[in-house]
Amino acid sequence: MDSSYITPFMTSIQNVFTTMLHLPVEIGEPSIKTNNTATNDVSGIIGVSGEMAGTIVLSMPNDTAISIVSLFTGMQFEANSEDFVDAVGELVNMISGNAKAEFQRKSVSISCPTVVIGDNHRVSTPSGTACVVIPCNTDCGEIVLEVAIREVRAEAIEPQSNAA
Amino acid sequence: MRILLIDDSKTMRNIQKSVLKQLGYTEIDEACDGQDALNKIESFKPELCLVDWNMPNMDGLTFVKTFRESDRSTPLIMVTTEAEKARVIEAIKAGVNNYVVKPFTPDLLSERITETLAKCGV
Repeated sequence: MDSSYITPFMTSIQNVFTTMLHLPVEIGEPSIKTNNTATNDVSGIIGVSGEMAGTIVLSMPNDTAISIVSLFTGMQFEANSEDFVDAVGELVNMISGNAKAEFQRKSVSISCPTVVIGDNHRVSTPSGTACVVIPCNTDCGEIVLEVAIREVRAEAIEPQSNAA
Repeated sequence: MRILLIDDSKTMRNIQKSVLKQLGYTEIDEACDGQDALNKIESFKPELCLVDWNMPNMDGLTFVKTFRESDRSTPLIMVTTEAEKARVIEAIKAGVNNYVVKPFTPDLLSERITETLAKCGV
């Protein structure tokens, strides 16, 4: 995968966490993921379509996610509450949207977020697309951002609606 | 002043609500998508709307276009992760008065709200 597709996500998670949570993020060495099992208990997932296609996953251990959501919302929520799910979804939405803006020359859309919670759940990435795991260290604990996106040939792109 | 917050994320609506309360605005209603907002507009009669772009059922751009068919003057601020220049232009052409990219600081949001209300003479 072209490294220029990964750098925007590193910048974006730092920007979102610093601006909205006042939580600095230290980026570790990215690596290629070799299985479909979720790295942690909580996954915030965004689909990418258009001239790029794939998935973005914000993966966090339960306790870390609770601390991060608490910083984001100013409130303490249980991991199975609607408010917790909403906050995790909004975080991955902002990270993905912010990174997408760096692909200025491409027409790319992102989906509404989906959040999955539970031990050993699986998040499948599109076949033939490498998934790059970006480790992120914070004062709340270690989280990862998993980016599995690829360029789509122009003739393979379906017409898009205006909804992004 | 009556302000309508249109965002599918309750977290984001709460953050915006707290900024608005700090600015002294307390008459606030919420809608979870464009269609929900259109349903509430007749009874709530907002004097300012903050609208997200990426929402289920009816996205923010469709809301803005539909709303502008009957109301050219109520100020609309798009608050969204959509940061590409082409998107900003598209939203302005559709009728938004100002644009805030998420993530934002409370200061930036309050600055844009104050600026928009002054520009629109509200």
